[in-house]
Amino acid sequence: MGKIRVLVAKPGLDGHDRGAKIVARALRDAGMEVIYSGLHQTADQIITTAIQEDVHVIGLSLLSGAHMTLFVDVATLAKKHDLQNVLIIGGGIIPEDDIPALKKAGISAVFGPGTPVEKIVEYIETYVKR
Amino acid sequence: MDEKNTKKMLSAAKKRWKDTTLQQTLTKNSERIKSFHNLSNKEITTLYTPDDIHKDDYLANQNFPGQFPFLRGIHPNLYRGRLWTMRQFAGFGSAEETNQRYKYLLDHGETGLSVAFDYPTLYGYDTDHPCARGEFGKCGVAVSSLKDMEILFSGIPVDTITTSMTINGPAAIIWAMYIANAEKQHISKKINGGTIQNDILKEYIAQKSYIFPPEPSMRLIVDTFEYGFKEIPRWNTISISGYHIREAGSTAIQELAFTLADGLEYVKAATARGLDIDAFAPRLSFFFNAHNDLFEEIAKYRAARRIWAQELKKMGAKKDRSLLMRFHTQTAGCSLSAQQPEINIVRVTIQALAAVLGGTQSLHTNSMDEALALPSEKAVRIALRTQQIIAEESGVTYTVDPLGGSYYVEWLTDMMEEETYRYFDRIERLGGVIPAIEKGFFQREIAESAYRYQKEIDNHERIIVGVNDYQLDETIGIPILKMDEKGEERQINRLKKLRKNRDNQKVRERLDQLRKAAEKDHNLMPFILACVKEYATLGETCQVLRDVFGEYQELAIY
Repeated sequence: MGKIRVLVAKPGLDGHDRGAKIVARALRDAGMEVIYSGLHQTADQIITTAIQEDVHVIGLSLLSGAHMTLFVDVATLAKKHDLQNVLIIGGGIIPEDDIPALKKAGISAVFGPGTPVEKIVEYIETYVKR
Repeated sequence: MDEKNTKKMLSAAKKRWKDTTLQQTLTKNSERIKSFHNLSNKEITTLYTPDDIHKDDYLANQNFPGQFPFLRGIHPNLYRGRLWTMRQFAGFGSAEETNQRYKYLLDHGETGLSVAFDYPTLYGYDTDHPCARGEFGKCGVAVSSLKDMEILFSGIPVDTITTSMTINGPAAIIWAMYIANAEKQHISKKINGGTIQNDILKEYIAQKSYIFPPEPSMRLIVDTFEYGFKEIPRWNTISISGYHIREAGSTAIQELAFTLADGLEYVKAATARGLDIDAFAPRLSFFFNAHNDLFEEIAKYRAARRIWAQELKKMGAKKDRSLLMRFHTQTAGCSLSAQQPEINIVRVTIQALAAVLGGTQSLHTNSMDEALALPSEKAVRIALRTQQIIAEESGVTYTVDPLGGSYYVEWLTDMMEEETYRYFDRIERLGGVIPAIEKGFFQREIAESAYRYQKEIDNHERIIVGVNDYQLDETIGIPILKMDEKGEERQINRLKKLRKNRDNQKVRERLDQLRKAAEKDHNLMPFILACVKEYATLGETCQVLRDVFGEYQELAIY
């Protein structure tokens, strides 16, 4: 089996990219193929890249507080494009109270501040569908 | 005996001490860890003594506070005369909600205001722009027009209080709105000063809320310098910021070096325009982070003052005021844990203490809940109380630069200065700050440091209480700030009404005049001011400049 392919993406206007870059690098070091979207991506752009790059995982990072809109936008658009086999995970400044609704929308897991990166690696390796 | 010989004898004695007294202890018990490295990854030794200090000519290298090179402080009596400004960065939701928060903070003893704008505002978009989707009021307050600015400051005396505004890409426009609001209250020339962040270089490097490419951005900034010292001389037209560089993952040394390099770049840009350095340099201000390593942070502020004074002198500044590094400090948001949030109060106390011991002019203390959400009222009050305890109870304010002369702190200060000059050389070899940005130099340096720090935590080489040790399995039980759900709707309705009721003919004319001025090389401040006074929105005004200047795209590297 080939490498796990991951798109690390920054939706919306949020410029906090420290976490996204660390995760991107850690996943690469763990042997995955990582595409980093860069900043200021719309849901459309993220899904288009995910399809073009044929990824198994989309990792969304947001620290602005707009996750209830922007994470859900990406998950909804993924469903519309029949990307059921793409695992969508998220991270950033996300209050616990918001997590159930995000999971319901299709974000499989949410990783908050202080998460060891290996936990994200393990999660992806366990739950990736391919 | 001359000083050199004394030093030699001391070094020899220290070596004997190491080989005998210290060694006996180390033979019996090895140390807790193999080596001690601070947050800049510099090895720290067991003991520092006078022979470690190379810049040891007191009058030349340290001198008295208020005298060159200002290592010990910019004021001769510092906090004995006046305490630092307690300035909490705040903003969320609509202008109405944030206005209430400001009044709450002022009621509880805050002495200056600091505005956090939401993402659409930071990027020069109105609340109803498609790119603003989901972001209204999340990271700060939405200000789409002069109308919002009027509401934001209603009942707040801008003639007696100073206001700092964290705005960069559209700084000139937001500043114009602040000025226009004050003029409407008939106090324009008496605005009691304030600050716009207006530091675009660190946006490209770290914070990433840029709009235009470097060249027109630098032009706009120099426009504000020029307008500022002529029209509103008490306004700080820039706050050259290391804070975000640090938050993005840099070390303290990188924060220091990159921030000062940015600062010198602005000085070069303004003098290249022909502005007199002694006219604008006194209005350049700075903004630093305060992280957990107490002594390293203190040394950073001290080194910053000395380097800045030395460099400005080299660049031809004659007045003392031009050489003074005045700075604001904010405690490190990135150091806060989402786990056991209450313990963040302790972290913030240490960090705030570093800022005060380092001689800060103003201070923001983070709230314990900020790794989870925007701060609740109670959390922000405790953060403010932390400053008040340091000011009123700790006694650290009684004397100037209390750690001056500490062998460790002086060694750290000298070392950080040397490292900063090493970075200056590297930046110079890359062709200067802007070429270095375009080559991704700063971004790569910061990403490296951030990754190394994360690895250290993941490998338990660095312990973060509550995160990778001393954990608790508990649900987080602190209340999260809830915003008014009607805020966005109210804001959009206000915008619609505004666009209908203003004199649209005049708005078009003013925007057109701005466009023409932007295409030539006029100072744009008067034109921008004319637009916002007619209630042209932030988005409309910014769009004119986007059309003329284009937009910046960054290199996505990790």
